[in-house]
Amino acid sequence: MQLDLRTVTVKPLRQTFTHVARRIGGDKPASRYQEGIYDLQATINFHYRPLWAPEYEIFDASRTAIVMADWYKLLDPRQFYYGSYTLARARMQEAAEADFALVEDRDLAAAIPPAVRELALRLYVPLRHLEWGGNTNCMFMAAYGFGTAFTSPALYHAMDHLGMAQYLTRVGLTLGNEAALDEAKAAWIEGAEWQGLRKYVEDCFVLSDWFELFIAHAVVLDGLLFPLFYGEIDTRLAGMGAGAVVTMLTRFEAEWFGESSRWTNAVVKLAAAESEANKARIEGWIAQYLPLARAAVEGPAGIIFGAETAGVVDQLVEQFSARLAKLGITVSAKG
Amino acid sequence: MDMPTTTKKKLGIKEKYALMTRGLDWETTYQPMDKVFPYAKFEGIKIHDWDKWEDPFRLTMDAYWKYQAEKERKLYAILDAFNQNNGHLGITDARYVNTLKLFLNGISPLEYMAHRGFAHVGRQFPGVGPRVACQMQSLDEMRHAQTQIHSMSNYNRYYNGFHSFPEMLQKVWYMSVPRSFFDDAYTSGPFEFMVAIGFSFEYVLTNLLFVPFVSGAAYNGDMGAMTFGFSAQSDEARHMTLGLECIRFMLEQDPDNIPIVQKWIDKWTWRGIRVLTLVAMMMDYMLPKKVMSWKEAWEIYFEENATALFNDLARYGIKMPDCAKQALIDKEHISHQAWATFYQYSAVSNFHGWLPSSEEMDWLSAKYPDTFDQYYRPRFEHWAKEAAEGRRFYNTTLPQLCQVCQIPMIFTEPTDPTQICYRESEFEGDKYHFCSDHCKNIFDDEPEKYVQAWLPVQQIYQGNCFMPDADPTKPDFNPIEEVLRYYNLQNGRDNMDYVGSEDEANFRAWRQTSTQN
Repeated sequence: MQLDLRTVTVKPLRQTFTHVARRIGGDKPASRYQEGIYDLQATINFHYRPLWAPEYEIFDASRTAIVMADWYKLLDPRQFYYGSYTLARARMQEAAEADFALVEDRDLAAAIPPAVRELALRLYVPLRHLEWGGNTNCMFMAAYGFGTAFTSPALYHAMDHLGMAQYLTRVGLTLGNEAALDEAKAAWIEGAEWQGLRKYVEDCFVLSDWFELFIAHAVVLDGLLFPLFYGEIDTRLAGMGAGAVVTMLTRFEAEWFGESSRWTNAVVKLAAAESEANKARIEGWIAQYLPLARAAVEGPAGIIFGAETAGVVDQLVEQFSARLAKLGITVSAKG
Repeated sequence: MDMPTTTKKKLGIKEKYALMTRGLDWETTYQPMDKVFPYAKFEGIKIHDWDKWEDPFRLTMDAYWKYQAEKERKLYAILDAFNQNNGHLGITDARYVNTLKLFLNGISPLEYMAHRGFAHVGRQFPGVGPRVACQMQSLDEMRHAQTQIHSMSNYNRYYNGFHSFPEMLQKVWYMSVPRSFFDDAYTSGPFEFMVAIGFSFEYVLTNLLFVPFVSGAAYNGDMGAMTFGFSAQSDEARHMTLGLECIRFMLEQDPDNIPIVQKWIDKWTWRGIRVLTLVAMMMDYMLPKKVMSWKEAWEIYFEENATALFNDLARYGIKMPDCAKQALIDKEHISHQAWATFYQYSAVSNFHGWLPSSEEMDWLSAKYPDTFDQYYRPRFEHWAKEAAEGRRFYNTTLPQLCQVCQIPMIFTEPTDPTQICYRESEFEGDKYHFCSDHCKNIFDDEPEKYVQAWLPVQQIYQGNCFMPDADPTKPDFNPIEEVLRYYNLQNGRDNMDYVGSEDEANFRAWRQTSTQN
């Protein structure tokens, strides 16, 4: 059965904005994603050059070696605009909150053998600083990238990293207490097993090509680190007596990586498909950063995997290479 | 390791927020801090302890997502209902829609610029507290740009003048006024950006920009625009607090910062006041049902509120900017001067022009007893008479622009409202023109910057505002039409008088179908 409700119909003059119609193949109804991102960033007739970077225009495509005829080809498959982004994250945070509440209410952390709990703290809590580094690097992409299609998801990515830094802080407070945060920070600053990662992130802080930074941090580093921590290490800890507790407390991070990889994959794929030069450049960056990232994650991986570390990381690199192969990227360095 | 999982003390919000945020950063050692944060020192602002920053809003990301998503749900539900129900036919009069054109073309893309600007400072400040606050504001500004576009998207379907807003901001002559304001702020150093946008714009002047538009929407039956305005209110409150905290922080960190901050406040208050000329005109002339006069708004929101604010800041050695004295005189004039300009140039504008009705002129006389009848009514009455006799006056000579605020030289001498105010400076052998002492001062302090300005009139005369296929050597070449084509402005639809426009005819016909049989 269908109800036929009558409304007063007024025929519109047009369906969408001219600049949106130009991009979606004519004047037809456009989505909120399309109207919310297309051509928002200015490209011409800038008034002044940045006092702090006079070699560039305010927004300048030459800030990266990647060349796109149209930067709005780099669309986000999740079609995030602010509203859909916050709704998606609100759903994830609700689930994460329920898991934290359950662990706290039932004091599930107490059921974990102390040595395993300590191991989990040693592994996960220093990552809050790495996530802050991820926030810093993604803010750079959001600020100096070119075209709203890329820069707006870069900002969401940055805020997500801040959120994850805060969730990891809560892991520290749930499994331990404030002292766990101090110990984790000391480990991040001085602990031998974390220095590779810290150096990697600090070296990323001073990169000037935002697309290179995107590859180095969002694609390569996160591409090894998230499967390592929220896959391999989580599984191992569960087997050692942590059960599902760590899985529950890091649920947000695991879900986030699955979802946000759709965006990073799309950017890599579309930019590489644009030209042989882009593809070669991206492959070059991956060849450069993959061995460094691999060595960097081996530090913390060694804490739990010991002699097995190389094997575990080899497997991660293989998975990563397979993921990139699907995007048209050949990973030459095995790390 | 001591891990008492059962005897944890309950953390307060402030403590919890500090743990969640403050300890996250670290002093880099593999790369020098000065290379990681290269723009933190060149402006001369001295910061000794970033931890002295008081977080104005202690929002963790999970709470941010939760609250903001709730607001989005409500906002979009109302927008959908408004659109589905042809809410646009319930507004007072379709002349009102022109205020939305001004907003979508001139302000929404600047919300986007604010987002990018806060992303930049949210990356560059070395302190974690201000960075997180700036990042959240960057995200909020994205929200404002997009919710405004989504709110006005439905108006674009039924009315002219909305269809190419990002392009028009970059091309149309008067758009260079708001655009150059934001370009100016963005290209300044990070601390100056915070004073320009965070403090002067968001704190001192927001009640004169955002509030008149949203109140105008409420007074004129536009639930769509009103709803995004009300939905943004709690964001704006956060932004105002951030702007104030930023000033306090700079002033408390080192006494050497005081004269620098004072100079920026002086500059950005004036830059902001000049941009607000567009709002003044909107309030006095474009709203069919008026909220209050520009002069009244200025008295409440600037003279009362800002005076109180600067009284508070006096303990830091900050004083009210000198330009406030001129603004006190100008409040009687600028809306009339601006609307008279748009009336003359509405052939090249992306919204409609009209003359105030006799009732509206009486309202203006009552609101401006010392100036309207004496200086402005005769001009409007003269144009009305001309138009009635078939000689609607369109000015086809392009005006001289102020090098700094980029408004045509329409403002009068503070001491004599019958004389246009002209000021000039020389720089590297060239002469530059200004609308006021304050714009001249801004130029004189940083001439290298302001000589770069993309002045629409000069650009037209230099031939930079034509499409690539335009041929000025052709005998039938019409420069005005060619400029409109460059603007992507649909001649005869987007521009000229409201009376006789497609907007007017459609609104009348649609309203009839929706209210009669």
